[in-house]
Amino acid sequence: MSHVACPLFAGILDEEREFQIEDYEGALARWCSGCGDHAVLAAAQRLLRTEQLAPEKTVFVSGIGCSSRFPHYMKTYGFHGLHGRALPVATGVKLSRPELDVFVVMGDGDCCSIGAGHWIHALRYNVNMTALLLDNAIYGLTKNQTSPTTPEGHRSNTHPRGSILPSLNPLTVSLGVTNASFVAQTAEWIPAHLEATLAAAHRHPGFSFIRILQRCPEFTPHLYEGLLKDPASTELLVHDDGVNLPSLEKIYPTRTLHDPGDLARARSLAEDQGTVRLGGFFRDPSRPQYQEISRPPRRTVAQRISRLNEELDRHAV
Amino acid sequence: MASEATAGPEGTVAVAGPEAGPAVRSVREHTVEIVSDPGEGAQKCAQIFGALSAKMGNGVWTVEIIPAEIQPPPRLPDGASGNRVRIGSGPVTNWGDAANLVVAFNEQVLLRRHRLDALAPDAIVLVEDMWKDHPDEAIRTQWAEAMEELTREASYRIIPVPMEERCLTVVEETRRGKNMFALGILAWIYQRDLELVRAQIAHAFRKKSQEVYDRNVELLDLGYAWADEELDFRIHVPAAPGDEATVVMNGNQALALGAAASGMELCSMYPITPATSVSHYLAEIFESFGGRVHQAEDEIAAAGVAVGASYAGKVAFTVTSGPGVALKTEFLGLAVMAEIPMVLIDVQRGGPSTGLPTKVEQSDLLAAIFGQPGDAPKVVLAPATIEECFHSVVAARRIAEALRCLVIILSDANLATGVQPFPRPDPQEEWFGAAPDLSPVPEGALPYDWNEETGLSERIVPGRAGGMHTVTGLSHDEHSRVAYAAAIHQQSCAMRSRKLAVFQKTLRPPSLYGDEEGDLLVVGWGSTKGAIEEAVDRAREKGLQVSSTHLTFLSPLQPGLGELFGRFDRVMTVEINYSDDLDAPYIDEENRRRGQLAWLLRAQTLVDVDCWTRVYGEPLRPADILDGIRGRLKKGEGT
Ligand SMILES: Cc1ncc(C[n+]2csc(CCOP(=O)(O)OP(=O)(O)O)c2C)c(N)n1
Ligand code: SF4
Ligand SMILES: [Mg+2]
Repeated sequence: MSHVACPLFAGILDEEREFQIEDYEGALARWCSGCGDHAVLAAAQRLLRTEQLAPEKTVFVSGIGCSSRFPHYMKTYGFHGLHGRALPVATGVKLSRPELDVFVVMGDGDCCSIGAGHWIHALRYNVNMTALLLDNAIYGLTKNQTSPTTPEGHRSNTHPRGSILPSLNPLTVSLGVTNASFVAQTAEWIPAHLEATLAAAHRHPGFSFIRILQRCPEFTPHLYEGLLKDPASTELLVHDDGVNLPSLEKIYPTRTLHDPGDLARARSLAEDQGTVRLGGFFRDPSRPQYQEISRPPRRTVAQRISRLNEELDRHAV
Repeated sequence: MASEATAGPEGTVAVAGPEAGPAVRSVREHTVEIVSDPGEGAQKCAQIFGALSAKMGNGVWTVEIIPAEIQPPPRLPDGASGNRVRIGSGPVTNWGDAANLVVAFNEQVLLRRHRLDALAPDAIVLVEDMWKDHPDEAIRTQWAEAMEELTREASYRIIPVPMEERCLTVVEETRRGKNMFALGILAWIYQRDLELVRAQIAHAFRKKSQEVYDRNVELLDLGYAWADEELDFRIHVPAAPGDEATVVMNGNQALALGAAASGMELCSMYPITPATSVSHYLAEIFESFGGRVHQAEDEIAAAGVAVGASYAGKVAFTVTSGPGVALKTEFLGLAVMAEIPMVLIDVQRGGPSTGLPTKVEQSDLLAAIFGQPGDAPKVVLAPATIEECFHSVVAARRIAEALRCLVIILSDANLATGVQPFPRPDPQEEWFGAAPDLSPVPEGALPYDWNEETGLSERIVPGRAGGMHTVTGLSHDEHSRVAYAAAIHQQSCAMRSRKLAVFQKTLRPPSLYGDEEGDLLVVGWGSTKGAIEEAVDRAREKGLQVSSTHLTFLSPLQPGLGELFGRFDRVMTVEINYSDDLDAPYIDEENRRRGQLAWLLRAQTLVDVDCWTRVYGEPLRPADILDGIRGRLKKGEGT
């Protein structure tokens, strides 16, 4: 109910409607069984129910990839566009309709390879939306090609003798961009953490970027095995301004208090790839948001006509 | 070229001037060039002269002379910068053939124009004379060599002008003063109303101080006085100030203003010549119309933001040139596939690749129509005049919305920088369009509820209760569900295509310029209209049975073409894009690559359409077109 654009309508529309999970369920998800994308979908639906977001005022924008099928499985508005180009489309949606709640779902090829330019600039524009990077460290849809986040040495169809480059670190890249305002990491196999991270991202005013570690049993089945077998090897970053779930303490005992206001520490924590850290890395709600700072005033048709006449007069002979 | 260069002042009447005064030559039209090194302000001088002439009731066409080098050293032929201003008693629709009068700030830039055949053989040349006796011997030699070259073939009337010397009596730094001195000379020669000149200077320098204005007027008076003392001729181009309200601007300003008048609220762009100035002007004014210019991180994002904005609300547009169109291709296909109304403005330049960034070409036609992989039907239209630049944007937004489709406007570098007066548009409420419908959708409404007959459907934007669906660039059914069944793809392709046929039925056949039938029909599109019609006029004066027609819509093509073509023995397109010449080595009818409109018309009408095309990076000259017409008719030589 918190997201009603006009308070006048609050009584008529939203209070009568109590959205259930089914209200957010679209087509039947066709990902492989055991695919981590299912868990992200479920968490997103729970977030929308918790926040009681009106399905018609919510838009999920995606690119192309397994993960980008996401909008079809939601019963909100959706835009399943081009490989790598979800962010410009989402930016356009938000610029023209700032009252809509916009989510972006991308794969690692989508976001960190073909669409990497847009990723950098979306962080800088800081348009108020929530971006999810579903990182399975592989190209899933096109069947097992190396992605920028594929670990060095991992064999794929394009690198049958193992990937030859060190993998790209989406966190350090994001944290390096001027005007980035929210960077977090979570894993789809810890539903409570995933949902809490999504909620924090959604609450954040500005562009929230979440990298979600995502299992792909089809092509990278062993990638996160170690983390799953030994939860203590995952370090949770906890803070009241980030993600803090005492309920997870028992299973995930390795915890570090990290203030997401501290960018330098966020960068050094992200840089060290020896340990997988989940939680809020960085957050600054005061960063300028592009959709606001570039927003033109509203003009009626009559006002426009009179402006046009003025402008034509300037060119009059 | 040179043989026809005198066509302009044809019909010249020598009129005896007032007693003891200079001879006043009365002409139907005259073409003036003002050229200098970049930064010396020749363009400002020419712009003021053009606007002034329009105000006094002359027809005017102004076109920029753009240096071939970006930061040329002084006195380099390739650095020639300035404008051509063609003024006439009636409307002027193109830049003409060759200049009748030139003001040059040094002999090197003059040489460039000479070498480009830009000057009529009998042109009057007013050239700064400070270089003649310059202390630097190298410069003196250059001057002497230039004069030798200039007088070798042509019979220009060269008049040295002491610009530097005179200007120094008023200013210390002449670099920014000579242009107003030159304006004074032109004002005297063409008998411009000095009050109006001053008003125009005030307008041009409205952002500058009173001091700047005063100094400029002083220089103007100085130039005027010099001409009065020294020149023995004046030129009279009769003008008929009409009472119709008129505006004057260049094509890119007209596109920008058209966008503001179209009700669109987002221009999403990435800088590229020669399109950028559309967004420069919009960046100045759009906000006050409730619009926004989004400078995206790249061409692709510029298209993507426009697609996203159009999908969610009011139709948005993106503006670019050839290389940008190439990059936006995938998004254009998506807009077609998902039936997202959107407008793309392509201000064409020379290609392929980076090509000729500042120069005119009409070579994106086929890329616009067929450039997207898959079948991507869309509306493509091309304004032919500055006025049409304005109205084409208003129309494009409306067509995009009505058909729920992509509309591409093909302008070009000639229109972009050409300045021409036209009737003041009369703003209409409906130009601005309505805000998208946000009411709950009726029960059972579908995102692609195609009318089987017309292919038309109503779009559902986000925010409408009950209308939730996911738009996709994958083949989809009327629910927007990804559809892999062959029958659905066949059906949806037909629906997207059908819309064009429906639209085509609302179009009128193109009108004919000249007789209803004859030996040759010239077909053009875009910015060449004025030059083609002028060439046709001259051909007809010489007794040739030539008519022309000009196409505004290229996709779908206007109706009635086959029938129209049938009334002429031959049909030939005239275009600024590449085609093989039939007499070139290896080239024959079978392997000849033709002009882009010619390809299209041949395919669509099965008529053996010929073409005459040139890619000199400059607008077509009527005299050249006339040569082309004569060559094709294989008669009329020597007339
Ligand atoms: C322009 C373009 N290039 C290539 C493709 C083919 N393609 C589709 S998805 C994809 C990669 C998918 O990988 P990722 O983004 O990681 O998503 P995932 O399938 O792993 O979720 C590729 C290369 C395409 N659709 N468009
Ligand atoms: S291939 Fe991998 S990412 Fe794609 S659906 Fe299957 S498990 Fe998921
Ligand atoms: Mg992937």
